[in-house]
Amino acid sequence: MKKKTKTIKVDYLARVEGEGGLFIKIKDDAVVDVKLKIFEPPRFFEGFLRGRDFKEAPDITARICGICPVAYQMSAVHAMENAFGVKVEGPLRELRRLLYCGEWIESHTLHIYMLHAPDFLGYQDAIQMAKDHKGVVERGLKLKKAGNAIVSLLGGREIHPINVRVGGFYKVFEKQDFEPLKETLKWARDAALETVRWAAQMPFPEFEQDYEFVALRHAEEYPFNEGRLVSNKGLDISSSEYEEHFQESHVEHSNALHSILKERGAYFCGPMARYNLNFDRLSKLSQEAALQTGLGKECRNPFKSIIIRSIEVLYACDEALRIIESYEKPERPYVEVEPKAATGYSCTEAPRGILYHQYSLDEQGKILDAKIVPPTSQNQKTIEDVLRKFVPQYIELSQEKLTWQCEQAIRNYDPWISCATHFLKLNIERT
Amino acid sequence: MNAPDKTFLVVGVGNLYRCDDAVGIHIARNLNDRKTEYMIVKEQSGEGTSLMEAWEDYSHVLIVDAVSSGSPAGSVHRLDASKTIPSKFFSCSTHNFGVAEAIELSRTLNQLPEHLKLYGIEGKNFEPGELLSPEVELTVEKVADEIFQYITSIS
Repeated sequence: MKKKTKTIKVDYLARVEGEGGLFIKIKDDAVVDVKLKIFEPPRFFEGFLRGRDFKEAPDITARICGICPVAYQMSAVHAMENAFGVKVEGPLRELRRLLYCGEWIESHTLHIYMLHAPDFLGYQDAIQMAKDHKGVVERGLKLKKAGNAIVSLLGGREIHPINVRVGGFYKVFEKQDFEPLKETLKWARDAALETVRWAAQMPFPEFEQDYEFVALRHAEEYPFNEGRLVSNKGLDISSSEYEEHFQESHVEHSNALHSILKERGAYFCGPMARYNLNFDRLSKLSQEAALQTGLGKECRNPFKSIIIRSIEVLYACDEALRIIESYEKPERPYVEVEPKAATGYSCTEAPRGILYHQYSLDEQGKILDAKIVPPTSQNQKTIEDVLRKFVPQYIELSQEKLTWQCEQAIRNYDPWISCATHFLKLNIERT
Repeated sequence: MNAPDKTFLVVGVGNLYRCDDAVGIHIARNLNDRKTEYMIVKEQSGEGTSLMEAWEDYSHVLIVDAVSSGSPAGSVHRLDASKTIPSKFFSCSTHNFGVAEAIELSRTLNQLPEHLKLYGIEGKNFEPGELLSPEVELTVEKVADEIFQYITSIS
């Protein structure tokens, strides 16, 4: 009997940020090869940072990503403060959480409404979806704008915020400066609640995975900037121990580095990991909204990540309001920092997952070495492993439909390929 | 709050660390050094929904961005958003929901500025780095002059 081989090949994945490709080879109805191709340029920014002053790192690394500049700034300042033995507390710490709330609202809402929802509702893209669901798309745009309002005010401008510095901020605000944000965020919180309910009604395939979730966990808070790195399979370390437990290696088909846990291999970071490991740290409102959808305290279906992102948007609105209401202007906008020869480490929770920064510095604070590991390259191996299990369920579909299913499966992970790379392409081969 | 009718918004789009992708930012900064009460200059990364937020209060908008259409580097394309803008035109962007999608979504939602023009500067090197290609660098002053004269002649 003649054997069947099929190749699914998609050169450019649609509706993922950045560009990348996927190659899947199917032989006799079995998936024999999956390669997510990410073409990472030389680690330009790591090289670019060498020899620069530590104060430059937040603004330079913010340029790596147009969607998550706050995450790069937060990992950079916390790593520097870790190196110099500085702790930023009180209102300055709260303002950093507020800034992160803005970025989560922006980034998650963009993915939920513009990139992910069209998959579930059967549209090619958000533009087609807007023709039939104008009010929904308008709600998404307005909700994203609420996040932008936080970042613009606190960050000093709309993109690539410039108000963040090692030790705190260049400028802090009076309590009344936040007043206009209150009404915006109250509306946003209601809109986020509607978004959770709307997202939960999407049709979801039955598809659960035994992930190793990795996220920060803090003693009291849903994590943004601080906490231990934990997993559901026993990991419990500080960010400074990252190198001892995680390993990056080159794979032939991709220029991006594959990140694995040395002990167990692929792992998964991002909203689903945070949710599964920190449900009890969500606000009461967010917990209740989650449970009302029937989601439960744990979720292993990646398609339902759209609900979890919605819950995190709700949490971010709720948390932002809490911070604004309790805010008292700090005496000084920043804590003095004295450079010294040291190495600093930090993981913070970018919208897509843990973002690791490590800097070695000399006694003047000049950067001798930098290492940056973005969340998408950490999830790359998991995405490939999950596709190996996902494709067999749809093996009888036409090439076109199977390709669409694969693209949707990848979009579940909201890969931010431009954090890890510049260009990405998709291929499926059947023989 | 709506901007006065005669105020032009110029949005420079790009990434300073992607070589020729930065040309829109450089042109915006060149324009920002020239003072006229009729012009507001902003910088954007090119993420589409942020662009929509940036231009929502303006009826006259000029977008300046790097493009990759196969023309010689340094070519200047002038497009009017009253016609559909091909998304492949901006294939150098790393944003899937970028300039072209922002224009089409705005059109669908009846939110497109009344006058929206695009200046696309053909780039050739979008790799990480800070330097513009020589052919692209030559366009910075030239396009800034053209935009400034256009704005001052109408205002």
